[in-house]
Amino acid sequence: MENYDVIIVGCGPAGLRAAKVLAENKINVLALDKKQEIGVPVRCGEGLGLGWFKRLNLKPNSAWAVQPIKGAALYSPTGKKVEIRFEEVSGYILERRMFEKYLAREAALKGACIKVKHHVLDVKRKGSKVEVFGKYLGDEFKYSANIIIAADGVDSLTARRLGLNTTNKLVDIDSGFQYEMAGIDFEDPDLIHLYFGNEVAPRGYVWLFPKGDHEANVGVGIAGYREETAKYYLDKFISSRESLAKGSIIHINSGAVPVGGFLDNMVLDNLLVCGDAAHQVDPTHGGGIGLSMEAATIAAEVAVEAIKKVDYSQKFLSRYNKLWYEKRGNALKQRLKARIFMEQLTDDEFDAIADNLSGEDILKLAGGELSEKAKFMARLLIKKPSIAGKIAKSLR
Amino acid sequence: MVKYNQEKCLYCGGCVSVCPVMALELMETYIKYDAKKCINCNSCVKICPVGAFMVEGR
Ligand SMILES: Cc1cc2nc3c(=O)[nH]c(=O)nc-3n(C[C@H](O)[C@H](O)[C@H](O)COP(=O)(O)OP(=O)(O)OC[C@H]3O[C@@H](n4cnc5c(N)ncnc54)[C@H](O)[C@@H]3O)c2cc1C
Ligand code: SF4
Ligand code: SF4
Repeated sequence: MENYDVIIVGCGPAGLRAAKVLAENKINVLALDKKQEIGVPVRCGEGLGLGWFKRLNLKPNSAWAVQPIKGAALYSPTGKKVEIRFEEVSGYILERRMFEKYLAREAALKGACIKVKHHVLDVKRKGSKVEVFGKYLGDEFKYSANIIIAADGVDSLTARRLGLNTTNKLVDIDSGFQYEMAGIDFEDPDLIHLYFGNEVAPRGYVWLFPKGDHEANVGVGIAGYREETAKYYLDKFISSRESLAKGSIIHINSGAVPVGGFLDNMVLDNLLVCGDAAHQVDPTHGGGIGLSMEAATIAAEVAVEAIKKVDYSQKFLSRYNKLWYEKRGNALKQRLKARIFMEQLTDDEFDAIADNLSGEDILKLAGGELSEKAKFMARLLIKKPSIAGKIAKSLR
Repeated sequence: MVKYNQEKCLYCGGCVSVCPVMALELMETYIKYDAKKCINCNSCVKICPVGAFMVEGR
């Protein structure tokens, strides 16, 4: 049986980034994916902020970063628009199938071995190693490794098979549905457009992420426990807007987004979990590309250390928990509180916020200017006292 | 019991992520449903973005 230092299950952004980091460090790494093509099918809105390009050392390439974005337009339930516009490009809409292929090429170039159509059906500990069983085009395969990185996305079973429960609770997950539409009309293709309201998207929002002047990803995310489906909300949104309803749907995709059930522990003996499999998604907007790649980098670096020290114990690997929580985890828990506050707002309160908030305010708030926060809250509370209780509740 | 409609399914794996007993697995383009493991919690019905899981008889 072929043995590897590390086997990665799942070749999305997380798995491919881990593969590259490991290969760069001369680690013998195998990355398996059940899909027949890297990057397909897409289950994503494909937005990525510029900060992530810098943090992940990625250079935007027009082959996969197809639409530069300079800000966002937010729409309240009654349609009031708040615009946040930067002078410079602040992010990109990706073509993810091309992006993931690019990540795969980079990893392969460094020496990682990637195999598609390899479905991992079971993982079992044997002695100090883990054995990986699966099927490739109907034939069984079996490999062993010292460390498994579970980067198998939202439908991850690898960690669960090794004894770490990564199941999502319904309250902690959003249901998402998206059309890529062509032949539609909208304003400002250099902005992303986000539509809020309990009728539009309970707990979430509808997004329109432009890909050119007449094409966009139009999608919705809603709380996972709702009776109506995400598709129901998106169809309702589109059919009420002639500028969208007249277009063609050239791609449909769906998915679930873990928006808050962070795992306190993401390691066991021989196991590291990262990306959607470890619920590493921003709870306020559901973005996970950047976070999953950052976490995968940390997980891979810890794996490199573990291999050097020949120590694959949970105790050693738990360094990954510590490093991730220091870098992101605690900040994300704060953002979870912000989301919990947002989801309690009535449409009226939402509108009151939009009425009292300019794009500039949002930038200052996001930048953490405390005096601005205080001023804004004061303004808001005078107009909508009901919000005060909700703020207090969400801070608990 | 829940009923799975493969023709509706977009194979996104959402249902797998919430199933508490690993009764579901995404087999690339369809869901493998193990009725013997299922505890009828209906989580898959709620999360599915397109309604490919339904409560039987409803
Ligand atoms: C509708 C929707 C919109 C989104 N929009 C955005 C957005 O605009 N911006 C953003 O940053 N994020 C967005 N996200 C989130 C983002 O898509 C994910 O956070 C990101 O893909 C996570 O990457 P990953 O590598 O962890 O998992 P994935 O990309 O899901 O990759 C996991 C891989 O593991 C493979 N796999 C699973 N099980 C096995 C197995 N047993 N054997 C072999 N292979 C296996 C799968 O085939 C898959 O290729 C969105 C998500 C959804 C659902
Ligand atoms: S959540 Fe629905 S669409 Fe997605 S894989 Fe499960 S049954 Fe199919
Ligand atoms: S009803 Fe519950 S236990 Fe049964 S398959 Fe669906 S999620 Fe799993």
